[in-house]
Amino acid sequence: MSATTESPSPRLLGASPRRKRVNRMMELLSSLAAGLAVAVLVIVVGSVLIKGVSALNLSFLTETPAPFGVAGGGIANSIVGTFLLVVIASAIAVPVGLLIGIHASEFARPRTSNAVKFALDILSGVPTIVTGIFIFGLLVAGHQQSGYDGSVALAIIMLPIVARSAQEVLQLVPNSLREAAVALGIARWRMVLRVVLPTAAGGLITGAVLGVARVAGETAPLLLTSSIASNAVSWNPGQALSSIPVTIFTLSESANPADHARGWAAALVLIVGVLALSVFARSLHERSRRRLRG
Amino acid sequence: MIQPRLSLKRNREMSSTDPPTEQEQGPQAPEPRAEESSGSGAANGAGRAKKSAGHQVSITDLHAYYGATEAVKGIGIEFPPNEVTAIIGPSGCGKSTMVRCINRMHEEIPGARAEGRVLLDDQDLYAPEIDVTAVRRLIGMVFQKPNPFPTMSIFDNVASGLRLTGNRGENLRERVHKSLRAVGLWGEVKNRLESPGIGLSGGQQQRLCIARTIAVEPEVILMDEPCSALDPIATLKVEELIDELKEQYTIVIVTHNMQQAARVADSTVFMLDGQVVEHAPTSELFTMPKDERTERYVTGKFG
Repeated sequence: MSATTESPSPRLLGASPRRKRVNRMMELLSSLAAGLAVAVLVIVVGSVLIKGVSALNLSFLTETPAPFGVAGGGIANSIVGTFLLVVIASAIAVPVGLLIGIHASEFARPRTSNAVKFALDILSGVPTIVTGIFIFGLLVAGHQQSGYDGSVALAIIMLPIVARSAQEVLQLVPNSLREAAVALGIARWRMVLRVVLPTAAGGLITGAVLGVARVAGETAPLLLTSSIASNAVSWNPGQALSSIPVTIFTLSESANPADHARGWAAALVLIVGVLALSVFARSLHERSRRRLRG
Repeated sequence: MIQPRLSLKRNREMSSTDPPTEQEQGPQAPEPRAEESSGSGAANGAGRAKKSAGHQVSITDLHAYYGATEAVKGIGIEFPPNEVTAIIGPSGCGKSTMVRCINRMHEEIPGARAEGRVLLDDQDLYAPEIDVTAVRRLIGMVFQKPNPFPTMSIFDNVASGLRLTGNRGENLRERVHKSLRAVGLWGEVKNRLESPGIGLSGGQQQRLCIARTIAVEPEVILMDEPCSALDPIATLKVEELIDELKEQYTIVIVTHNMQQAARVADSTVFMLDGQVVEHAPTSELFTMPKDERTERYVTGKFG
């Protein structure tokens, strides 16, 4: 206490220089990896923005594709088509996916729950072109392509995403809340409906939006089920609908450089659309939480 | 014979034909003073109802298991009506498990089961015809950590038990207010009934949970270490509340805190290794325990 020595005792010096070096290196590597992920995102979004913005204008959004050889034209038919396809797919996959998640998290025994989890993981690993061929064989072959067929294919792709995220999110709801409800003599299904689901609402919405975002950009299954479409705007899912991803694919294969620019612009529309949707869903959730916080 | 209050049809009978009887209803007359008084004010007027004929819980030869592990090894206890019975004992002695067998919450845990008899008055709660949710409506439970429903307002939290058991009743608002007064929370929250329950302090949250429990008008209240997450002042308030609640309810409280048992309980049970070592009037158990193990525990020699 009294005398201050010049060199501090070795036990206060801490790590050896080598350990410090290794530590710094690992820190650097993990920061680099994180930076890489962000960089890829910036490059992808940035290049789409730069290359697409030149062809983007109001008429691009409101007009249908111009006939061959005519300049201008837009992707209104594809925007409407993608909207319909995604809405119908969500109408199938979100309720079913939520129910699967609820079953696995709230009602199933651990063994059943694990089996369901495993099946969903396999399903989400199925290449989407396989899903497309499956639906092609099941619904399209011998008939005609239709928006419904495409939606069913998208719904199958969306289902495991929604169901798994629902299950994960529901498992985050503290067990003490379930206990509190059950101890009041509340029936199990009502406890789930009125206590567990509202508590997990934010995560459930996020999971559903994730699924929507994923299928909004799906191309392969739509090529097989809903690609031979007219250029006119169609609100009838009974016939094949054009969609933004398939349009991007077609435009990218065109010989005309102007079509390439349109392809980039269509990609930009798709990205912005998905982004807007997730921002909207999040703000909905935020508002409900703020209202609750008073 | 199964009493209607425990049968599956209880809901419908309650809401249509049965007007709640005097004893189930508790304090009926409005307390004019409780409106203005804040906080502890409710302690003076609101809670004081005439003593209702209470309900007795008796356990005989109860065994409780988690998988192959036996946590409660054949115990028998009587919980006299309108009394507070404290359960003390070292961690892992099976006191929480035993209490959770009374309202059949034990079987909610996967792999858990219970054997033996638990009687509410003269009705076996484990009889096959018994509806589990009815058991839990008659035997309320307060947990270790306050657990108000986070998506619900203060009002909705207290109303939740009534609304979600299909017992909505016409005088929902009145019953919620009455419960809040009974736990001494009315003065603190009457101006913000619509703000979220999780915005309250820990002690207030726990009293909110007690209000939620008594709003469904149970006959017995189980408390599993209700004060272990609270500071001393909040603990004191809950203890005062327990003292008032026993006028209307039979109360079983699990506690780690021997001073708390000494303060609130009429009789105390000392448990060790899944068995009851001693059950005696509280003052007797703490001052002249009959069993040597009890003496060593209450004097702090182990546990």
